[in-house]
Amino acid sequence: MSGASLDTRTPQSRAPQPRPEFEREPIDASGVGDVERPLGFVERLTNNDAVRRLAILLVLGLIWELYARWIDNPLILPTLGATLTTFFGDLMNGVLIDRVATSLRSLLLGYFSGIFLAALFTTVAVSTRIGSDVLATLTAMFNPVPAIALLPLALIWFGLGTPSLVFVIVHSVLWAVALNTLTGFRSVPETLRMSGRNYGLQGIRYVALILIPAAFPSILTGLKIGWAFAWRTLIAAELVFGVSSRSGGLGWYIFEARSELETDRVFAGLLAVILIGLIVEAVIFRFIERRTVLRWGMQR
Amino acid sequence: MTEQTQTTACDKPDLLKVDDVTLQYKTPQHLVTATYKVGFTVQESERYVILGPSGCGKSTLLKAVGGFMAPVSGTISIHGKSISAPGPDRMMVFQEFEQLMPWKTVLQNVEFPMRATKKFGRAESRQRALSMIDRVKLGKFRDAYPHMLSGGMKMRVALARAMAFEPSMLLMDEPFAALDALTRREMQEELLGLWEQFRFTVLFVTHSIEEAILVGSRILVLSPHPGRVRAELDASRLGFGEVDSAEFGALTKRIHGLLFGQKLEAVAKGI
Ligand SMILES: Nc1ncnc2c1ncn2[C@@H]1O[C@H](COP(=O)(O)OP(=O)(O)OP(=O)(O)O)[C@@H](O)[C@H]1O
Ligand SMILES: [Mg+2]
Repeated sequence: MSGASLDTRTPQSRAPQPRPEFEREPIDASGVGDVERPLGFVERLTNNDAVRRLAILLVLGLIWELYARWIDNPLILPTLGATLTTFFGDLMNGVLIDRVATSLRSLLLGYFSGIFLAALFTTVAVSTRIGSDVLATLTAMFNPVPAIALLPLALIWFGLGTPSLVFVIVHSVLWAVALNTLTGFRSVPETLRMSGRNYGLQGIRYVALILIPAAFPSILTGLKIGWAFAWRTLIAAELVFGVSSRSGGLGWYIFEARSELETDRVFAGLLAVILIGLIVEAVIFRFIERRTVLRWGMQR
Repeated sequence: MTEQTQTTACDKPDLLKVDDVTLQYKTPQHLVTATYKVGFTVQESERYVILGPSGCGKSTLLKAVGGFMAPVSGTISIHGKSISAPGPDRMMVFQEFEQLMPWKTVLQNVEFPMRATKKFGRAESRQRALSMIDRVKLGKFRDAYPHMLSGGMKMRVALARAMAFEPSMLLMDEPFAALDALTRREMQEELLGLWEQFRFTVLFVTHSIEEAILVGSRILVLSPHPGRVRAELDASRLGFGEVDSAEFGALTKRIHGLLFGQKLEAVAKGI
């Protein structure tokens, strides 16, 4: 483009000036350098979601510390320092690790059973019409039921202990994952389905090689929602179990601290709840996302 | 005859035989007849084009040949065997760019059919894929994911994927319709170049008269909805070199007349 013609143009003459035509060889483009180049360290750091979230966390922690010192009432709001001291103390003496491990054990058991059942349900639902009707009805019925509302029933059926916990966790995971997976399967583009069948893929191979990867963004969303539901449900359920349970999860740790008016320990327990939630969300799921849907350009 | 060079198998040169095929869609409210008693045969190494106005059932016909839809009456057979289900002997290339699997790289996409059907071994698939990717000038992009490619490049990948598999027959449904005019021309030339090299059989659907004449060696003209056979013409002599020739213009006009009738043609001439 030539900039010269712009200078000679006055506001009065709106008609474009006649300009000579030209042809030329394109300029040498080898100066562009690499088409791809690794980003600089700082750029990469600020691009990293985990790092950005950590920075926000630090600011929130600072506000907490200052406010707690200002109201100066450890029974209502202990300082961040005191909370962290208790937190690391309990971490070192193994109490907290024990509690977290107990919680995670029921959680993972429930989570993966829920996913397994969801996979079973959706497989039936995509292959038969009656199956899809059954799943639609069940999901519509049970999805709005808070898992914790089923806890009394679970206690009657399974008594106090892990089976009851697993039952309510399965309930909280199953419908979210099944619903999202089925929605994902349904929205796989027709051309992609047809090319899959064109290669003679059928049954489980068709589901595994075409439907699941094509619906992966939805499935991942389902897994994330399911995880959040499950974690919440578990802590709540452990709190309700409270006094009578010896199962001793993270919820029980918080409950115990409250009954002994150790507010800093309550906060330490909550901190553990938050930290685990954050790690799973910001590290594990983020990692999966980066390796899959983001890399494939299926999600931005 | 169209291609004298390839007709060594004189006893059974018919690759695809479509016989009096009627295709219908049943929706809860309507019964739509897409094509009515359509019949034609495609020979080995032919570039057979189905041309017709929008909605005349070209895509439906191609879907039926692909095995995705059963005819209400009539038969479709390939190599003398009646078609009952989709199969990799008939590779489809679609107009939409979503036909590539976004979770696979260019190379993996091209390899996929060969691996999924176990037609070729691992090493051979890799080698065939690489050489076909080079052939469509995407060597630099073989590890890129489809979302990083332009529309024309995605089409090239789809073409390479179908070609590398070496199916009995290539089924293409307006593959270049979503491309800009320049890229479309480039792809048409690419397809003809590949055909010169490999002499595959292709069934090609389009609603562009020019594309039909350029790409096709034989053209089936369908009537407006419901699609019925209007004519079968020979276009094997006309290619890119003859675009400005009188013969090309005459054939264009003739097809135009067949498609839109004398009346419309007169109107078009008047303008
Ligand atoms: N899934 C469907 N359900 C019901 N009717 C359909 C369906 N697909 C196509 N049709 C009908 O079948 C007829 C032929 O459709 P088809 O898609 O084969 O046309 P086409 O020749 O490919 O048109 P175009 O050139 O616009 O792609 C049309 O009248 C259309 O309304
Ligand atoms: Mg069509």
